[in-house]
Amino acid sequence: MSDRVLVASFEHEDDLLAATRAVRGRGLHIVDAFTPYAVHGLDKAMGLRSSRLTWVCFICGMIGAGGMLWFENWIAAVAWPIDVGGKPWNSLPSDVPVAFEAAVLLAGFGSVFALFIVSRLFPGRAARIVDLRATDDRFVLVIDQADAAFDVAAVEELLQEFDVVETRELAPSKGGVLG
Amino acid sequence: MSETPSLPRPELITGDKTLADVTNDICAPLECRPTGLWWAAIAVSLTALAIGVAAVWYQIATGIGTWGLNKTVGWAFDITNFVFWVGIGHAGTLISAVLFLFRAKWRTAVNRSAEAMTLFAVMCAGIFPLIHMGRTWLAYWTLPYPNTRGPLWVNFKSPLLWDVFAISTYLAISALFWYVGLVPDLATVRDRSKPGWRKRICSILCLGWNGSARTWHRYETVYLLLAGLATPLVFSVHSIVSMDFATAVIPGWHTTIFPPYFVAGAIFSGLAMVLTLMIIARKTMNLQNYITITHIDRMCKLMLSMGCLVGLAYGTEFFMAFYSGNGYEQFVFMNRALGPFSWAYWTMVICNVGIPQLLWFRKVRTTIPLVFLIVIVINIGMWFERFVIIVTSLHRDFLPSSWADYAPTSIEIATLLGSFGLFFTCFLMFCRLAPVIAIAEVKGAACLKKRRRAETPPAEKSPAEKIA
Repeated sequence: MSDRVLVASFEHEDDLLAATRAVRGRGLHIVDAFTPYAVHGLDKAMGLRSSRLTWVCFICGMIGAGGMLWFENWIAAVAWPIDVGGKPWNSLPSDVPVAFEAAVLLAGFGSVFALFIVSRLFPGRAARIVDLRATDDRFVLVIDQADAAFDVAAVEELLQEFDVVETRELAPSKGGVLG
Repeated sequence: MSETPSLPRPELITGDKTLADVTNDICAPLECRPTGLWWAAIAVSLTALAIGVAAVWYQIATGIGTWGLNKTVGWAFDITNFVFWVGIGHAGTLISAVLFLFRAKWRTAVNRSAEAMTLFAVMCAGIFPLIHMGRTWLAYWTLPYPNTRGPLWVNFKSPLLWDVFAISTYLAISALFWYVGLVPDLATVRDRSKPGWRKRICSILCLGWNGSARTWHRYETVYLLLAGLATPLVFSVHSIVSMDFATAVIPGWHTTIFPPYFVAGAIFSGLAMVLTLMIIARKTMNLQNYITITHIDRMCKLMLSMGCLVGLAYGTEFFMAFYSGNGYEQFVFMNRALGPFSWAYWTMVICNVGIPQLLWFRKVRTTIPLVFLIVIVINIGMWFERFVIIVTSLHRDFLPSSWADYAPTSIEIATLLGSFGLFFTCFLMFCRLAPVIAIAEVKGAACLKKRRRAETPPAEKSPAEKIA
């Protein structure tokens, strides 16, 4: 990413979606978009690949279920075998409910923490905000001014087609305004 | 492709709102001073909570001999309250997870408060088994950890232990689901607040959220995953609660219908409680444009279907008692309907199966005072359902010499009152501290119309009309 970006604000998600497609169609690089809600189809328009967090969820769930099944079996059959009504010590059916709960617990917390980590969300993080209204009613597109050939006027003209309400140039300081 | 003709769908939010209006309307109750009504409500709730705390203190200090239990009726009021509150906790996850998977967009108006309600209801529920242990301060013995008593491990073959895991997992996952949903909205509150304590707290809790599309993309994936995980969880929790009963050999409890029967009842009572709170909240917080008559109508339909399932379960139980040819089983059910607790049984049937049939009529579903009355009746009926299942199955033992009766003591009633106090105190605080409607989700689902600056005037005729 170069040190200058063009920030364009829109009032409607359809404008943002269309503008994103057009900007990418011109071969320009989109740094990020900021929206007040999850705009469906924006991931495809921006060319984001599908999230791999599902794998984190699956693996955490497997660890939860597997670990708990092993633990239950170890307790019931090895550490403290109790004869309950003549049932086998390591009776699998009675282990299922708790193993299921452990799977859900680990999978849920695992995927949420993974989300926080990969998105760098943590308490006390200073929000890197381009436009305060991006959490209210503005849809903001941030375009990278990749090289000297970047023609601001031409891009602004292109964005006008999509009812852009505001464009401005921004030079993110060291570390980046846009995390 | 030609356009498919379809019936116009009722709009999710009414009043021709813009995105900024949505933010303003939902944040308004947080930013103004509480009304007199709120102060009155919190005063009543805190009083109830104080009574409850005193009662709980007394019964823990003295022992559960302060209850009306006896050798025959070993479970009664306390477990009734436990099952009642866990049941209420089920509607939150139904609305936030199951309806999410079914893409029922209307859920966005109610999911936040339903999830909060779930959280508070499960908290209330958890208190009752803790007290019932008698030595509440040793409650951590239910957890499997290496200890100096052997080590003596917990018994994983017992449904009571499954319950410990199910309820605590449910509480944890509900809290997580609720918090994850809150993060974007806390950022909205942060960005519109003036510097001060609200902005500081929101800044910390929203984890530096800035609405990045990359984050939203991952967030949506995780939200879907959580919904997928919470859906089987919600069914497992009340199934496991029902197994506390179903795995016992007591006639009236020992039936295979219990898990689905309990889950249907739980969702039924939960929806009734969600509606109770929603009807009050939309009025007092001025949210009629977000929680519309359409929402109430749809919740009523869901509730009606659940009520009919519960009715079917009541009938099936009776039929199975007859069909089993088991004299004890038949006696228990005849005793339920005609014995000393028949008043409780018929209260249950009238409240849960009889009166909800009014919801077949659209007129009733859209008349809010009537709906409010019906949901209150259902709340009462569902409490009695648990009371009937627990007490009538126990109080006539196999040996007539062990037959006993049961009446709650004032301490038990004060504890129930206290749990309502805790529930409403938490809910009222939540209404003041967090957006009661998921702002980001409502905006996403509402499909607000585009307002162009160069808007074509509505009077202009379409090309087809011009030709004509």
